[in-house]
Amino acid sequence: MTTFVSLLVNGISQGAVYALIALGFVIIFKASEVLNFAHGSMLLLGAYVIARLVPSVGFAAAVAIGVASTALLAVLLERLLFSRVGRNKGLGGHGQVAALTIMTLGLDIVIVTDMARRIGSGVLSLDQPWGSGAFSFGDVAITYNRLIAIATAAVLILAFLAAFRFSGWGVALRASAEDAETAALMGIRRWQVSALAWLLAGALAAVAAVFLTGSPTPGLEPSIRTVAFAAFPAAILGGLDSTTGALVGGLIVGVVEAMAAGYSSHLDFLGGGFGAAVPYIVMLVILLARPAGLFGTRELARV
Amino acid sequence: MSDPRSAGGLRAALAGRLPLVALPVLLLLLAALPFYLDEFWLRVGFAIFAAVIGAIGLTILVGITGQLSLGHAFFLAVGAISYCWLASEPSKLGSRHLDGLGLPPLVAMVLAVLISGIAGLVFSPVAGRLRGIYLGIASLGLVFVGQHVLNSATPLTGGYNGRRTPDFELFGLKFNDGGTAVLGIPFNRFERLWYLGLVLVALAAWFAYGLLRSRPGRALRAVRDGEIAAAVTGVDVTGYRARAFLVSSMYAGLAGVLYALSIGSVAPESFTVEVSIQYLAIILLGGLGSVGGAMAGAAFVIALPMLLEQYSENLPFLSEPGSGGVTYSEAAKYAYGAAVVLFVLFQPRGLAGIAYSLVARRRGAALRRQRDGRPPGGDSGADGASVTTTVSASTPASAASPG
Repeated sequence: MTTFVSLLVNGISQGAVYALIALGFVIIFKASEVLNFAHGSMLLLGAYVIARLVPSVGFAAAVAIGVASTALLAVLLERLLFSRVGRNKGLGGHGQVAALTIMTLGLDIVIVTDMARRIGSGVLSLDQPWGSGAFSFGDVAITYNRLIAIATAAVLILAFLAAFRFSGWGVALRASAEDAETAALMGIRRWQVSALAWLLAGALAAVAAVFLTGSPTPGLEPSIRTVAFAAFPAAILGGLDSTTGALVGGLIVGVVEAMAAGYSSHLDFLGGGFGAAVPYIVMLVILLARPAGLFGTRELARV
Repeated sequence: MSDPRSAGGLRAALAGRLPLVALPVLLLLLAALPFYLDEFWLRVGFAIFAAVIGAIGLTILVGITGQLSLGHAFFLAVGAISYCWLASEPSKLGSRHLDGLGLPPLVAMVLAVLISGIAGLVFSPVAGRLRGIYLGIASLGLVFVGQHVLNSATPLTGGYNGRRTPDFELFGLKFNDGGTAVLGIPFNRFERLWYLGLVLVALAAWFAYGLLRSRPGRALRAVRDGEIAAAVTGVDVTGYRARAFLVSSMYAGLAGVLYALSIGSVAPESFTVEVSIQYLAIILLGGLGSVGGAMAGAAFVIALPMLLEQYSENLPFLSEPGSGGVTYSEAAKYAYGAAVVLFVLFQPRGLAGIAYSLVARRRGAALRRQRDGRPPGGDSGADGASVTTTVSASTPASAASPG
């Protein structure tokens, strides 16, 4: 039982971080209909900036600069690259979506290659001030890093959902996701909405990076991007256009992954290293039952 | 030149039938190359042939049907590993036992393609129901889950260590290094593989062109351009999506077999998401939905790292792996990543788009000359020189026409 509770708590904390990443993924998709495969590399960049700055300016300032620079990069990418593709003629709707998505993959290749080259084979530390200590509650142990991750993610996600529901930007974003043309006619500036969405998504990715590289993970390695990849199934199984879905999806993936890793001795018949594949299996099963994810909008068409 | 009309007509006719003339010439050229190239270039060529086949399969799925797939690497892996399993004898690698059926390599190749197709069919409940982007991420799952499954099936795949690719053999002709010589040129493994690759690429492209110009091809495009409209006209949308996925996975399987032959050994570890991304880059650079473009894209993306590796000592901006500078593989990744971004921005229809507009312009110019009944002034068409000599005869419209 204690193992179960401990795995559950750890799974929720990891899931909370996935939810942060998935949320960024979802708002970018809602705002500009781009499936941003470069999200993992933006996260890597944020972590790298923080790790390089920590020795000279201290943790708090480094995180602030790291978050700001990742957010800035995201906005620049949106302004300079993604918003321009829409003006191109010569591709149909589907070709357009495929081309945009492949462009994010191209960006991902460039940024990840560069990051991997700079980080090298070593492990960079982000030097989180809460260190690698663990908090014990009876037999249930969880590292401070993960505890703080849960708290931070909860605050950020609640703030975000509130903003999404009540702020002018949130209403504008939802309106233009619903019907871009009508929203534009109502005076909503689409470029502002989508630039802000990219800004927030970049910032969330950098915050997630702080916790992904903290204990029990040894530090920043290029492979962190693969960990961040687990946020894709999280976003999809929740429904790509649903913020609630990102939250639920993140938690499901985090918990299932932790359980699979924790009970791996009982799951030996499935082969070693089953934990890495499990988010995708859950995603495939859910997609079979609900092709638009748990909370995604089902597009109905009568023929 | 005596009759300007017939000369202009010949040009227009040539521009119209360019593929018919160019194709045999190109094939002859490719068939003659092994007599002039050394082994390195043949190796590059064979790797390109393998990628071309895989890319044609992916462009049928992504470009023609409008379904995004990141799962191509998985089907390559299934093809490559099935071939190794079917064609090799049971063996031992260290303490590990490796299964093998010892079938003739040609049979093994055909069966490996079929097995990849079956793997695609198994996924078809997902592939048929999901659209575009959703399928993209679902197929990403295929890569991760597939890698786990393949790594666990050690007797088949060799696990993390992988296994050796058995040599290809055709009706008793072994594709290993033998001492045969043709016309004084040693005719070894890569010379023979070159012809195998060339034949398979030709077949793959022929099948793809046939498919795209037939009823199923039009149905697939209809599904891409308007799902509801397609369904209304009687196209089984789910069925065609699933079948496009099936065809694409069989192409990937064949590409996997050739990949295994070109590398000499395979491990599940080699078939990561990066491989899928590489294939997407290939078809995007070539032009989504274009078979010829897939070939050009493959040549660029596959040859670039190999060439940079070969000539890294002569290139001042490259440094040795481990020295902290930019290595050849990193330089190649920067280059094709950036190329993808630039193409989407400025030439979203890829190399095929550039080729189309060039051909269209030439054809237009030739037709215009024919209509005006003017001799094509020299080789360069209606440029400044011919305008000055025939200035009295040329109308303003034809003088302004692009050359």
